[in-house]
Amino acid sequence: MSTTTPQAPRSGVKRRSAPEWTKAFSPRNLADTMLTGYLPILIALLIIVLPLVWMVSSSFKPVNEIVTLTPQLLPQEATTENYATVDRRIPLMTVLQNSVIVTSVGSIIKVLLAITTAYALVYIRVPGANLIFLGILVALMVPPEVSMLPNFMTIEALGGRNTLWGIILPGLGTAFGTFLLRQHFKSLPKELFEAAELDGAGHFRKLFQIAVPVSLPAISTVSLVTIVNEWNSFLWPLIITDTRDRMTLPVALNQLRSVEDQVSSYGILMAGAVLVIVPMLIIFAMLQRYIVSGLTQGAVK
Amino acid sequence: MRGKSLTTTESRPAHTARDRPEASVAPEQDPARLEAARKKAHRRRSSKNWSLFLLFAGPNILLILAFIYYPLAMNLYFSTLDWRLGAPRADSVGLANYQRFFTSPSGLEVWRVTGIFTAGAVLGSMILGLLIALVLNKKIPGRTFARTAVFSPYVLSGVGVALVWMFIFDPQRGALMFILDRLGIDSPQWFLDPDANLLMVIVVYVWKNLGYCAVVFLAGLQSIPSDLLESATIDRAGPIRRFFSIVLPLLTPTVFFLLVTNIIFSMTNAFDILRVMTPTGNGTNTIIFEIYLQSFGQFNRAGYSAAIAVVLFFTLFIITAVQLRFVERKVHYQ
Repeated sequence: MSTTTPQAPRSGVKRRSAPEWTKAFSPRNLADTMLTGYLPILIALLIIVLPLVWMVSSSFKPVNEIVTLTPQLLPQEATTENYATVDRRIPLMTVLQNSVIVTSVGSIIKVLLAITTAYALVYIRVPGANLIFLGILVALMVPPEVSMLPNFMTIEALGGRNTLWGIILPGLGTAFGTFLLRQHFKSLPKELFEAAELDGAGHFRKLFQIAVPVSLPAISTVSLVTIVNEWNSFLWPLIITDTRDRMTLPVALNQLRSVEDQVSSYGILMAGAVLVIVPMLIIFAMLQRYIVSGLTQGAVK
Repeated sequence: MRGKSLTTTESRPAHTARDRPEASVAPEQDPARLEAARKKAHRRRSSKNWSLFLLFAGPNILLILAFIYYPLAMNLYFSTLDWRLGAPRADSVGLANYQRFFTSPSGLEVWRVTGIFTAGAVLGSMILGLLIALVLNKKIPGRTFARTAVFSPYVLSGVGVALVWMFIFDPQRGALMFILDRLGIDSPQWFLDPDANLLMVIVVYVWKNLGYCAVVFLAGLQSIPSDLLESATIDRAGPIRRFFSIVLPLLTPTVFFLLVTNIIFSMTNAFDILRVMTPTGNGTNTIIFEIYLQSFGQFNRAGYSAAIAVVLFFTLFIITAVQLRFVERKVHYQ
């Protein structure tokens, strides 16, 4: 009722002869929506999307359409030659395989460690747990550039140069996931665990039969953000590998860039960019809700 | 049963208080012994808790100690050395590396580049991000898609993004050159001119980062109560007046949050773009890039690199501490 009352006197006003809904499609209102709504959105979208469209399109262009002085948006004679060239310059399948292994093994271990650490911080009472948490928070703040040099020496001393475990190991200690999951576990109601405690369930059962199942959205968020970061990771793999068979995709593409430094090589570089960008675009498009919430954590409460 | 136990507990305090005024507790409840027993039980429980805690959290703590804290300590030591990476010997030089970073022309150049890059990257992504957030805050169809699309560059490989923009910026065949040509502007000497390079990497960083700012701003905008804006509209406040008198003041916490996180991110997240677009740091050697260039780039001065890493760590530490001290508490509306 309350929603209809304000409209009743309005429709009684004689000056407004046309019904309310036609106003929504009046030329003035349409122009207004276009100008203040869609036009700026369109401009923003073009700025974001056009470079990516240009990348995909150029990766299928033959050399003469790259070096031309009259470039077209779409390839006139599409070819996959650029991708074949990438494969000739870098051992593409090996490099892709390295990236997939590093990303999946690294992410699985990191997420498991984050879950168990966060659970311990919230549910296993020991003196000084807050101090340990503070130590993890400070670790969150240390950028990889700061620890790069000593880590390089540690891993080199352990014989980890040009090995996949050497790429994975130093990044395994996880502060981000621990922090995020700790906040989440703290918000779980205590009653959830009471029945299990009466049954005499230990921490393992409480963690894997109660805490994990009810926290799947938060765990998905942590997993996806971790996967994205591992796949894109560049600095550490760049330092610790120098043989092509052990490189991850971003490092191999950086090397491709230094080999292919002619104007005519841009098609090849765009093919490389597609290979590293498109997988994450697909994952993001499918699961953006989790990823956005994980990456904007702290800002959006 | 219930009634009986109830009466005994009730009568007890009166009884003990009358009979033994000094020791008001029964011998089996002697405070010292009770305390000892409690401590013993506590110790047993807490040692059991400790072993469980270490089982759950130990591996992660160990990894963080080995690959984050140990490097911090080692950097402090390395920073006092004149040492080439891979060389067996190193000479102790005290604080000379720090002095060099804060006083030599090349050190000051790093501060200048870092300052310009940070200012450009932070202001650029925040202003554009806010504009996009204001546009996306309107209830029009397709805005969820637009929000997703605008955010997407933030999750893409920095190496891939840098390659794409190298092609766009290329002074001979880049898309930007053709656009500038149409407008009658000569393309700057990207890749060669240090100032042009700095502008170029700022643009790419802003492109990659503005979606993050837009989404955070959008959340801030949506938390502004709509009745405030409605009453302002009834009072005939125009959109610009509404923005500066209502929206912006209420957004202050978001602005401060983004300011701090963006300053930190711009100092630490830009490496991929810088390394791929300008491999030798021609005009783009910000503090993180300089740490890399000095130890693993062409210079091979590991001690100096470690000193810069220590300075970066304390800079970030101070920024974070300031944020926690002031921003979280003082800037608070509602």
